[in-house]
Formats: sequence, C-alpha cells, structure tokens
Amino acid sequence: MKKLVFALMLLCGSVGVSFAQQTLPPAPLAYQQLEDPAQERAAQALMETLRCLKCQSQSIADSDAPMAGDMRHQVRSRIAAGEEPEAIRAWLVERYGDYVSYAPTVSETTWPLFAVPLLLLLVAGLILWRRLRAKS
Amino acid sequence: MIAELGLAALWIASALAVLQLVGGVLAQKQGGSEMAKLVRPAAITQGLLAAFAFLMLLWLFAITDLSVKLVATNSHSAKPLIFKLSGAWGNHEGSMLLWITVMAMAGGLIALVERRLPEKTMMATLAAQAFVGIGFYAFLLLSSNPFERLPQPAVEGMGLNPLLQDIGLAFHPPTLYFGYVGLSVAFSFAVGALMTRKVGPDFARAMRPWVLGAWVFLTLGITAGSYWAYYELGWGGWWFWDPVENASLMPWLAATALLHSVSVLAARDALRAWTIMLGVVAFSMSMLGTFLVRSGILTSVHAFAVDPERGSFILFLLALYIGGALLLFALRAGTVTEGERFSVTSREGALVFNNVMLSAILGIVLLGTLYPLLTEAFDVRVSVGPPYFNPVGAIFTVPMLIVMTIGPMLRWRGDSFDRIKFPAAIVASIMLAVLALVLVLGSYGILPVLGLAIAIGLGVASFLPLRGRKLTRVPIATWGMIMAHFGIAVALFGMASETAFSEEKLAAVSVGDATDVGPWTVVLGSVEPVAGPNWTAIEGRLQASYDGSEPILLNPQSRNFWAPPQETTESTLATRWNGQLYAVIGNQASDGRWQLRLWWKPFVTLIWYGGILVALGGVLAIIGRVRGDLKRRYVRARSDQRREDAAAL
Amino acid sequence: MSNFRLWIPLGLFALFLGVAAYQLTQPKDEFVVSTMIGKPIPDFALRPSHPDRPGLTINDLTDGKPKLLNIWASWCLPCIAEAPHLETLKRQGAEIVGVAIRDRPEDVARFLARHGNPYSKIGADDLSEVQLSIGSSGVPETFVIDGNGVIQHQHIGDVRAEHVPILLRELAEAGQ
Repeated sequence: MKKLVFALMLLCGSVGVSFAQQTLPPAPLAYQQLEDPAQERAAQALMETLRCLKCQSQSIADSDAPMAGDMRHQVRSRIAAGEEPEAIRAWLVERYGDYVSYAPTVSETTWPLFAVPLLLLLVAGLILWRRLRAKS
Repeated sequence: MIAELGLAALWIASALAVLQLVGGVLAQKQGGSEMAKLVRPAAITQGLLAAFAFLMLLWLFAITDLSVKLVATNSHSAKPLIFKLSGAWGNHEGSMLLWITVMAMAGGLIALVERRLPEKTMMATLAAQAFVGIGFYAFLLLSSNPFERLPQPAVEGMGLNPLLQDIGLAFHPPTLYFGYVGLSVAFSFAVGALMTRKVGPDFARAMRPWVLGAWVFLTLGITAGSYWAYYELGWGGWWFWDPVENASLMPWLAATALLHSVSVLAARDALRAWTIMLGVVAFSMSMLGTFLVRSGILTSVHAFAVDPERGSFILFLLALYIGGALLLFALRAGTVTEGERFSVTSREGALVFNNVMLSAILGIVLLGTLYPLLTEAFDVRVSVGPPYFNPVGAIFTVPMLIVMTIGPMLRWRGDSFDRIKFPAAIVASIMLAVLALVLVLGSYGILPVLGLAIAIGLGVASFLPLRGRKLTRVPIATWGMIMAHFGIAVALFGMASETAFSEEKLAAVSVGDATDVGPWTVVLGSVEPVAGPNWTAIEGRLQASYDGSEPILLNPQSRNFWAPPQETTESTLATRWNGQLYAVIGNQASDGRWQLRLWWKPFVTLIWYGGILVALGGVLAIIGRVRGDLKRRYVRARSDQRREDAAAL
Repeated sequence: MSNFRLWIPLGLFALFLGVAAYQLTQPKDEFVVSTMIGKPIPDFALRPSHPDRPGLTINDLTDGKPKLLNIWASWCLPCIAEAPHLETLKRQGAEIVGVAIRDRPEDVARFLARHGNPYSKIGADDLSEVQLSIGSSGVPETFVIDGNGVIQHQHIGDVRAEHVPILLRELAEAGQ
C-alpha cells in the first residue's frame, strides 16, 4: 500500500495530474467477493492478469486505486453474469490494447517473447549435446 | 567544512584510481616496473578515502547540516537518528556514493588480502577495478555531487516523507549494494584474466570467496525486499516481476551460475571461457539494473527520482564497460585454452547443465524485463508480468531443479548413473508420491503442484551427498552446499504452498460480527481511532482464533498522514508454524460496516526462511573455502620452509 | 567455442544500447491511448449529474452533430485549469458533453458554479463504466465524437490554449 501510494504520487507528479480525495465509495464489487467460490476463483485469476492503468506496475487485484476497483467490479459482475474470462479480457484489450493484459498472447508485436525462449531451448540443447557428447 | 573534506577525499580517491589504472596497465607491459609497486597502496588508500567520504556524508545527515543540498532535500531535523542516517543512501547521489565506496573498498580489500593470483593478473585486475571506478567517480563528481552546498542554508529539510521511514526500506539498499558492487570484483578478475590469459584453478580459487560474498549479500537483499513488499503492500504478494525486482534477480542468477562455474574451474580446470563470461555478465547485470532504475526508462513502482540526462551518462558508462568487456571477451576468449575433459554423467556434466539452465532463465528474465522498452521504441505498449515469467521460466527451472537433486551426488570427471540409481530412485518416488497426493487432494495449478513435489524431493536429496560419510569429517564447504540447496527446497515449498493453498476473504463486517478464512474465525471487536506523531488512524481490534483455539489479537490500521496528505494501510500478521494470517482493514461503507481483507497463507514464511538458509549456506561455504585456502597456504609455506632447510644443510 | 559465437553477446548488447539510447531521447509518456479510435461508441445511458443539465445517453451522440466528450471530475485539479479553454471551445461553436467520473451531484454543482459550465449535458459515471467502455484511462480526457457516434480523436490530459485549434479542427473534420 505504501508503495502504491508513493507510486501514485510519482505517477501524478510525472504527468502533472494531481487529485483531491474522491468522495464516492468504491464500486460494489470492488472489495466484495462473488458468492460462488468457483466464479470468484475465476474472477481472481483474471484480475491478477489485468493491469491497473493508473498505477506504475500492478495488477488490478493488487491495487487500491479507485479505477482498479471499478475494473474489478466490471470483472466480477460480468463473471457473475456468465461471461467467459477470456471474453472479458478481450473486451478490455479492445479498448486499451495489449498494455492492459499481462497474459502473454502471440501477436505481431509479441512474437519474440515466445520465439526467444524456444530459441534458448534449442541453443541450450545444442550446447549440452555438443559439450557432453564431445567430452565422453 | 565536513562536506568539503568529503568532496576533497572523493577527488583524491578518483585521482588514485587513475594512478591505479595507469600503474596496472604499465605493469603489463614492462613487468615489475616502478609503477606496479604503487598500484596496491593506491587501491588501499582509495578504499579508505572513499569510506572516509561516505562517513562524512553520514555525519552531515546525522547533524542535519541544512546548508548541504542533499540533506536539505532528503532529511528533516525531526527525523529519528536511524532514519537520518539511512536517508543518506535513500536518494540518488547518496546511493551512488555508496556504490563508489563499496567498489573502492572492495578494490582495496583485494589489494590487501589477495595473494593467490600471479602478479600480472593481479595488476590487470586492479587496473580493471580502477577503470570501472573512474567512470562512476566522474558520474558522481561531475553530475551527482552529494556534497553540493546551497547558497543559503535551508530553514528546514524537505525529507519527512513517512513512507520512507521504515527500517526494512532503510537497510534493504546497502545489503543489495554490497551484493551488486561486490560482483565488480568478479568482473575485474574476469577482465584481468582476459588481459593476461591466465585462467586456471588458482584464478578460480582466488575469485570464489569474492563471488560467494557478493552472492550472499544479494540473496539476503532479495529475500528482505520480498518480505518487505509482502508486509507493506497490503495484498499479500511477495514477487511481482516488477522491473526493479528483476534488476536485483538478474545479477543473482548470473552470480549463482558463476558460483557453480568457478567451483568447476577450481576443482577440475574446466569451463574456463564460461566462467569468464559469467564474471562479466554478473556485474553487467548490476550496472544494467542501476541504469534501468535511475534513467526512468521503464515503468516501475520503484522508480527513484528519474532524470534522462543521468540516464544518458550511465548508458555511456554501460557502453564503455560492458561493451569493452564483451569486446575483450570476443577477441581473447578464443585463445583461453580448453580445460580438462569430463563425461556426461559427472559432476561437471551436471554443473554444465545447471549453468545452461540458469543462463537461459537469466535470458528470459532479461528479455521479459526489456521487452516493453523495445516495443515502446515502435510506439507499442505491452505488459509483461507473472503470467509470462512464471510458466516460461518454469520450462528451464523445473529440469534444473530435478537435475539438482542428483547432481551433487555425482563424482568429478566421470561417474556412472548405476552408482547412484538407488538414491535417485528414492528421490524420484518421493516426488511422484507427492505429485499423486496433491493431485488427489484437489485441483491446483500445474506449477504449484510441480513446485511442491520438486521441493520435497529436493529437500530430501540435498542431504543425500552425506550418505556413507562420517558426518564430522564432511568439509564445511560441503555443509554449505547442503544447506544452500536445502534452503532452495524450503523456499520453493513456501512459494508453491502459498500459491496453491492460500485462501482469501473480503468481508464487510459490523462491530461484533465474525467472519472466517480457512481454519480461522475472525471477530471484529471494535474500531478505535488512534494517533501517531504525524498521522491519525482507525485501528481495527480483531480477535482471530485458529480452529477454535485461544483468540489472538490483531490490530490492523488504516492511516492518514497530513504532511503530506496520504493514506496507507498497516497490515498485521499472525504467524504460526504452518502459515500466516494476514489482516488488513479498509474503509467504512455507508451502512457502517468495515472492509476487512483476510488471507490464510499456509507455509508462506518458508519462502524467506529458505532464503536465509541459502545465504547461510553461502556463509558456510566462504568459511570452508577460506579455511581450506589458509590451510593450504600454511602447508605450502611449511613445505617450502622445510625444503629450504633441507637445501641449506 | 567457434569464433562468431563469441561476438553474439556484444552484438546483443549493441542492440540494447541502440534501443535504450533512442528511448532516452524520447519524451516519457505515461499515457495509455485508447484503441477505440475509429470505432463507434458503445451503448450507454447515464443519469443526470447536475439539476440544470440532462443526463447523457448514446442517442445524444448519434444525432448527426459532432461533439466533444469531456471526461472530468470535481476532484480533478487539472480540470480547473482546462475550464477556461472549454469555455473558449464552446464559444467557438463546439458542443461539449461531460461525463463526470465518480462524483456526487453536489460536488459537480459546486465545481461548475465556481469554474463555469460549458456542458450541454452531463452524465454521472459513478462506476467509471463509460470511461472504461471507450478506453479512457484518466481524467481529464477529451474525445471528438462524430455525428454517427464514432470516436474520431482522443486528447489526453487537460486542454490547453494550444490544443483549442487542434480540437476545433478535429471537430470540423468529423463533421465531413
């Protein structure tokens, strides 16, 4: 929490935006779990992979920012209404781009994130093969 | 006066660094020249002067000398002394001075105690250390002077931010810095060896305690940082793959690989090029981390006061040092002759596997951390976080940990799998049994399940190298290895358990109501206003009872500071042998009920106990190696003496 | 190790240096840009937030006339700074509708009484729903919506004097 507030201060400072205290209470489902534990688990799993847009580097599951609370409310109410987690994620990505999602998706901007580990796997295999065979 | 003394000491130290560099380089050409005699004293004096400068800064902060700009912006006369002192390094200039001081002292220490290296290599090493130091001296003196004076002394300091007055936050940086900058020694050793092309067991034995020392500090620093984040952030997370966290993990990964590589080089004179490379990479990761944190180039919760101009200076230093070292490596490493041979099933083989896996993990963390930077250059913003790092890292971590269970049992040079197949079978069956058990008990993610199975298997396997040995005869360094590996298993168990078995409850309760989480029942007794020196808070008085036993009292707070106005939550923890109850109180809803956030985290404390065990293992290893080394030196000196005596007769 | 492989680490490092050096020269922007530009604004209906102004629904944005949609709040300090410039825009013929984020009606009224009311309609978005649905990530932001309800332009941050002609131009283009 300290870090978040500190981070919010930094964020505010860097974009020249500052806030007086908000007066409305948090969204209903921002701090309230869903009745169905399976649904709550699904919601929690999704929230941990969605990025808080007003924080420096946190998921909406880990943030006290009001907007993060509103996003949690959206996630929980949609899951309660029967939406699939991936559909909710797609809905957010449609609005904010890949930035809002921590979940790795293969796209034309993120393919190196997957190509490189594959390459590392091949290189590792190659190094091990050569070094350990040659030294037998 | 004191500030000027400190500044003068820094200038003289930087001049000595230049002398050290010149002398060390000249010593390569002419061998045993006059300049060479000056290098060691220059290094030692440089260390003393830098330490003196840092002490002067501490003094200025202790007395709150408001005519010094750094003190005026970062301190306050009303701060408790401990935070005044820690404020000295809790800012950009002060922490850079700490960096320089540790570097200079490390150089001085090498010059003072290191006797195993051939003279030329020693000179090259000290020259490399000085070369890196000069860049940072320049950065400090020319653009980040900690001793700068204000034209008029300030009336009062600006540094009363309560968020920065925390013991954990105060001491986390120095521990990490001893680690980061301690790796500069390994870097200098590596560069020195590349210059003189003398890489061998003596070189490895000389480098090893320095690597171990830095690695121990890094382990402690990372463990402490993780616990602090867990305690302070109010959501019970202990690792976020945040860029600055990764900036501390990457040197650690490189140092761990280096540590193992150096052991192979020391024992069997193999993996020469690899050891050199890792020595360069480890400190490069430290410098990269400093750049990422101070340049503002990456978005992170940790960002210090960022300044792109400073970022450019550091980037230039990176280009000079890392680029220079990598260039030297590309030119010279090919001529570092190959070492001894070994077979697949041997300790060397297992350690090669270990190194390759660790390097791959390092590569992935590096890629994931820098990737947003890369895409931003193309105006695309992506987020890389736990959903990427955890599974992709696991691809390499899981095989590495599995090999780690049997690696230490293998002999050097060549062994047969047959010899260890019985203990290996035991470990394998334990892991499979745990796997089956957990899968039967419930549905959890694949990673935590694997983690639990491997942790238990590794925990048992760590002690298997002891089998058939007389416990009192086992070398201390071996105990170090056992403890460190066991520590990894313990930490892994904590991580897996927390991930799989944590339970969370968000509840809105009125006073007198009860709610439950896991085996705990928590009653909100009352909510009281409390006040502190610069804050007011509402404090929840909770009675938490585990499985119906005696209730424990917990008092989480929601604090409001007024200068500057901020709101923070102070979580409280109830620790048992089998986990922690984590409680946070939030705001009051319009119907009068209070927001409570509760977690039951089974075995979460093992994460940090494991980290401490790992560090302790490292300490034992240092003791064991240094003792062994001194003994060897004594024996050699005695046999030399005897030979002299015999020849004299 | 064969010769060219020894050069790979240096090569990778050079690549990093290039990217980092370039990025250092770029201004650091923390903004998250909406990806809904060019797409129609999703369906919504917000209750009124101010007694003198009606609420805001999707129909108000699909009536054929391009408008400026201003995301703001009474607790947002830069909104005070941009208030005179919104007045200027209104005087120059722009119709501005407002979405008040997480604001009580009394706070909205107090703010508008003090800083002027350039809005023809104000919707109360207590749960940031509309803000989320159009990809806005903070206050203040101003969107140009064309007559068919398609989002044409996003301005992040407060509107300053130099942004007024730009917004007017975007509004005019949206009218074509």
